[in-house]
Amino acid sequence: MRGFAGFAIGKISAAMLTIFAIVCFNFVLFRLVPGDPARLLFGDPRAGPKRIAEMRELFGLTGSLWEQFVAYLDRLFLHGDLGFSFVHRVPVMEVILDRVPQTILLIVTGLIIAVVLGTMLGAIAGWKTGTRLDSIIITVSLGFYSIPAFILGIILMMIFSFGLGLFPVGGMYTIGAGYTGWAYVGDVAWHMFLPCGAIVIWYIGEYVILTRSAMQDVLGQDYITLARAKGIKESAVLFRHALRNAILPVVTITGINLAFAVAGVIEAETVFRWPGVGRLLYESVMSRDYPVLQGLFLMFAVAIVLANLGVDLIYGRIDPRIKVGGGQ
Amino acid sequence: MSWLLKGLQGVGKFLKLLLTSSMGRVGIVIFAIVAFIAIFAPYLRTVDPIKFGLPGNQLLPPSAEFWFGTDRLGRDIWSQTLYGSRVALIVGFTAAATTVSIGTLVGLTAGYFGGKLEEVLMRIVDFFLMLPYLPLMIVLAAVLGPSIWNIVLVISITYWPYTARVIRSQVLSIKERAFVEASRSVGASDRLLIFSEIMPNVVPLMFAEAVLMVTWAIYAEAVLSFLGLGDPTTVSWGWIVNRAFASGVIRDFLWWVIPPITCIAATILAFTFLGTAVSDIMKPGYREAKGL
Repeated sequence: MRGFAGFAIGKISAAMLTIFAIVCFNFVLFRLVPGDPARLLFGDPRAGPKRIAEMRELFGLTGSLWEQFVAYLDRLFLHGDLGFSFVHRVPVMEVILDRVPQTILLIVTGLIIAVVLGTMLGAIAGWKTGTRLDSIIITVSLGFYSIPAFILGIILMMIFSFGLGLFPVGGMYTIGAGYTGWAYVGDVAWHMFLPCGAIVIWYIGEYVILTRSAMQDVLGQDYITLARAKGIKESAVLFRHALRNAILPVVTITGINLAFAVAGVIEAETVFRWPGVGRLLYESVMSRDYPVLQGLFLMFAVAIVLANLGVDLIYGRIDPRIKVGGGQ
Repeated sequence: MSWLLKGLQGVGKFLKLLLTSSMGRVGIVIFAIVAFIAIFAPYLRTVDPIKFGLPGNQLLPPSAEFWFGTDRLGRDIWSQTLYGSRVALIVGFTAAATTVSIGTLVGLTAGYFGGKLEEVLMRIVDFFLMLPYLPLMIVLAAVLGPSIWNIVLVISITYWPYTARVIRSQVLSIKERAFVEASRSVGASDRLLIFSEIMPNVVPLMFAEAVLMVTWAIYAEAVLSFLGLGDPTTVSWGWIVNRAFASGVIRDFLWWVIPPITCIAATILAFTFLGTAVSDIMKPGYREAKGL
């Protein structure tokens, strides 16, 4: 247990340091702008000098760069203040928090479906290595994984909403329908089908490719030969013995790959007007709402650091090697 | 001129090897088509792609005059699609060149010299690898302003750490091999070691990285332009899709969206297949398996 505590403290402090570096990077990033950052941060080119002075105060752009930096850290860490959106006219934190649940719903659903389907397909491909089925699965996965998610989204939209009329073109619920209870859940699921489908198709390739190679490694092991020699059914060997061992590296990668998952969600949300943080990012680019953009970048980066920390800690707890040997 | 001949022979040999893989063949064919279109775009186009059309020419379906129809401002989509290939390839190749150069320089320095220098460089690399790449590119592009060279800059800033990490681990493994040890023991300088022992073993990997980076850069340009962060004065495929979406009428005007998305998907697939073929070829035992 002491080994794990030491390991955890090390991981947590490294994550804290990374987050602090991200905060500094974020501060510098929005001051790299050619010209006066004040202009950029206010957005309105017609603002008069008096208004600019007021806005400078509001956005923390008074005094030297060092004073601004201290003020920025103070607002962020002591008050949880990310600045003020000049488009939404409310604090950035509010704008972002308003959109977070929708994105979590989309990304978690998409990842779960992709991991389940991807590992199964990958297991089959690995099991049948070298066959026609294997080469079809691997080529199609590679294809879907390399085509940008926004294009997959547009293709799904063309087929399933324009062509077949099965699913809505965008949004999260039917406006004005006033559904409650299960009818509302069903309505949201119906709206979520296509954006989720686009990210699932995009994510799946990675899991197929990873599981396939993990499977190939596992299948060479003695315990598989033993299981077969005992006369256990092939399907049972595949799912109970082989896949179980092959799945570990696949789950690890889910944490590391969150940056990749975030890209897919931004694209899918933009195409289907899903009201999450990805769509908010696009809207803020369009309206040049820099305070929101800055806040969103910080949120995405910190979320990824924390997710990785979570995966590391869970692994430290599971992996016997860390408990015994770690934390010197 | 013998080195030129030798280089050409090397390229020929490599192409021959690439054509033995079916993914390599598909990739080469699509790439050749896109490159042909990019080079001869001015001869293939019917009208100026960004010149506004005459009144009444807006949103026309494909016809003998406008092969792929027209957009909301009456501009010809066939000509726009042709010119889009130029942006894709220019951004793809320049960004890949800068990314692989920076990545190799950092990876080589860190891997070869080691010590404190390596620690500092790899900390920076790890930090950048931790950042979510699409939000980073979006924010950088928004801050730097829309231009095709800023897009190249944004892509290079975002992707170089990926190459640096790969090159560094390759350098670390080469450094330990007997022939490097042998050269060092007879007093070879760092410069000689890097250029005559390490580099020749890193170049194939740089090439594989370059193919990967072209793919990623074309993807990045397409996404950024689709999100409205592209150069508004240059026609790119992502920009065409962005314009179509911004008009809010794509349901009835699919001809506007289908050409650019097909081109983006096909070009990216071509480079993905080429990348897979190149890494297959570089695996030990490939030549023997193909009987070469």
